[in-house]
Amino acid sequence: MTSRIAFDPIRLPPEAEALRDEVRAFLAEEIAAGSFDPSGQSGRGAFDREFSRRVGAKGWLGMTWPKKYGGHERSFFERYVVTEEMLIASAPTQGHFVADRQSGPILLRYADEAIKQNVVPRIARGECGFCIGMSEPDSGSDLFAAKTRAEKVSDGWLVNGRKLWTSYAHKADYMIALLRTSPATKENRRHGLSQFLVDLKTPGITIRPVPFMTGGHEFNEVTFDDVALPENALLGEVDMAWKQATAELAYERSGPERFLETYQVLVHLIQALGTDPDLRGAEGLGRLVAQLNTLRRMSISVAGMLAAGKEPVLEASMVKDLGTNWEQLLPATARDLAAFVDPAQGNSPGFQAVLDHATLIAPKLTIQGGTREILRGIIARGLGLR
Amino acid sequence: MHEADDIVIETATRIFRDLADPQTINAASDDAWRAPLWNTLEESGLTKAWLGDDLGGGGGSLADGFAILRAAGAHAVPVPLAETLLAAWLLGRAGLSAPDGAMTVAPESVALNANGRLEGAARAVPFASEAGHIAVLTHDGETPVAALVAAADCAIAEGRNLAGEPRNVVTFADVAPLAMAPSTAEVDDLMLMGAAVRASQMTGALESVLDIAVTYAGERVAFGRPISRFQAVQHELAKLAGETAAAIAASGAAAMTISQSAAFDERLFFEIASAKVRVGEAARDGAAIAHQVHGAIGFTEEHVLHRFTRRMLAWRDDFGSESIWASRLGSMVARAGADALWPTITAA
Repeated sequence: MTSRIAFDPIRLPPEAEALRDEVRAFLAEEIAAGSFDPSGQSGRGAFDREFSRRVGAKGWLGMTWPKKYGGHERSFFERYVVTEEMLIASAPTQGHFVADRQSGPILLRYADEAIKQNVVPRIARGECGFCIGMSEPDSGSDLFAAKTRAEKVSDGWLVNGRKLWTSYAHKADYMIALLRTSPATKENRRHGLSQFLVDLKTPGITIRPVPFMTGGHEFNEVTFDDVALPENALLGEVDMAWKQATAELAYERSGPERFLETYQVLVHLIQALGTDPDLRGAEGLGRLVAQLNTLRRMSISVAGMLAAGKEPVLEASMVKDLGTNWEQLLPATARDLAAFVDPAQGNSPGFQAVLDHATLIAPKLTIQGGTREILRGIIARGLGLR
Repeated sequence: MHEADDIVIETATRIFRDLADPQTINAASDDAWRAPLWNTLEESGLTKAWLGDDLGGGGGSLADGFAILRAAGAHAVPVPLAETLLAAWLLGRAGLSAPDGAMTVAPESVALNANGRLEGAARAVPFASEAGHIAVLTHDGETPVAALVAAADCAIAEGRNLAGEPRNVVTFADVAPLAMAPSTAEVDDLMLMGAAVRASQMTGALESVLDIAVTYAGERVAFGRPISRFQAVQHELAKLAGETAAAIAASGAAAMTISQSAAFDERLFFEIASAKVRVGEAARDGAAIAHQVHGAIGFTEEHVLHRFTRRMLAWRDDFGSESIWASRLGSMVARAGADALWPTITAA
């Protein structure tokens, strides 16, 4: 066979299921105490540093990392369970989500000992948030067009340029930035970019909000004006960031956040349809659930590959492509299925608000973290087509 | 046993490769390939893998059977292997042994009359006209009863599915069963098993269709280059790969859950219904993409593609279509209420 695709079925181990009960109990307490809004109108949840600290205190951040750096040496499956339960509850995870998912692993792999000792344990305690400094005004999907420069100076690096669409830069403590250290070469246009750890309090950094079309504030423009970074801000090998990004993409693209972002729409749809829906409602609902269950099966399979030390970039891209398409279509499908529900029955008073929110955020789901087109290109490469 | 036995899968795959090569069968002018294929499958014990060795079967695991059928789908195997496996499984649930030769199952309930004989008509019975025996699931009062019937004792109407394979209406007019016994399987259990079987076969077919389409796109030159170089074609094939991946995950989860379950419970229903719906959708979209990539040649009799796509599309209809299972799944989810959905999905 030319194109062997493996998605082995995996049953989550008992310790992961035991943990699920703990996480549900914790979230129920948080909701009872009014610590966050579980209605799903805040998507992946708000940025709440205090909540992140409480999650960290539970031992649910940096779960798979070495204890030496504040981690807990637990399994990918346990981390998976925590992640999906937080998403389902609409918990405010933005304060730690990026740091826990991808920044911490990058630091553990490429940062020097001092950073690993200082920064990584703080991530695991929920005390510091990260943002991702990749896109620029003229570099989005075409990551390797990045122009923001890091110039080698005697005692470190001097950064000048501009990052754009940087989610939560205004709240985060650090950015992991993709910066140009050399020009691209003729042979390899991906050459010449390096990863850096940037403390966002460094003088010369200006963060300006770029409001969403919905009015929300996640995006920012981050300007670097002669920003001096220390020697050890460089993560990994100079000019070789393109080689370092592979594993990161598998983490970033296969998780349950790639299909659960609009889950609350499904919950409200079920309430709106009632316990005895007509055939049209029942069939439509069944098809949605079949898709969701399959996506979760695929995502857990990828978690299994990560646990086995593989770098399932192709499989992760498939999860994100199928998952984001599904969660993007969900509000439109739910709107159709609920079209004949009489609002006067009052089955689901929150339905319209949740639907409106999901409808408005839907376009970004197939753009953020790798557009649909980029993903399909990666899949095509995996099939040997390019 | 929860994991499929590699040796069993290798044996099955070798037989399919040697004796059921789709290209060879497609080009064959007669049915000479049929007897050697069936006889070898039977001699190797694969046709009775799902019947306990105490009943004269192969005593294979459920996982073995699903893996064999995925491989059979990947070779578009045109004999009633799946149907015979299912029939033997059904007979085994009633403690009955199975005869040699091809069998099929009547997926609709046929009634037992006052004389203890079978009455009624079963529609859409796969391969009935090629089967020697039919395993029927009926009821004696409230008790599910499995009956073994000689196909020759029934009236079998001519009928074909999308792949041109037999799919018949079978009429039972006061037919005396050859054997009959109370069964631990209910009609719904048989439908679930059949749905999981078809999901496995469709998955195998999708895997091959992806291979065939990727290979073809790399060979076919248009506008001075292989069509695989065109982004529009690449993205379509990426979608086909995604649908194939979804089918692999969904049917794999269904097979795993059946293999690990002691009973046909709600969890099993959830997993199999999901799989039949999702894999059926993948078959629909995957077949369309594969044909689009192939252009005119893929629409010809001589090209092998149709051996897979026509079967894939036909199998969607057997043992409950996507619409049937989706409406049942949706009703179950609605009845349990919104708060129960996530616990149901995560109930391992």
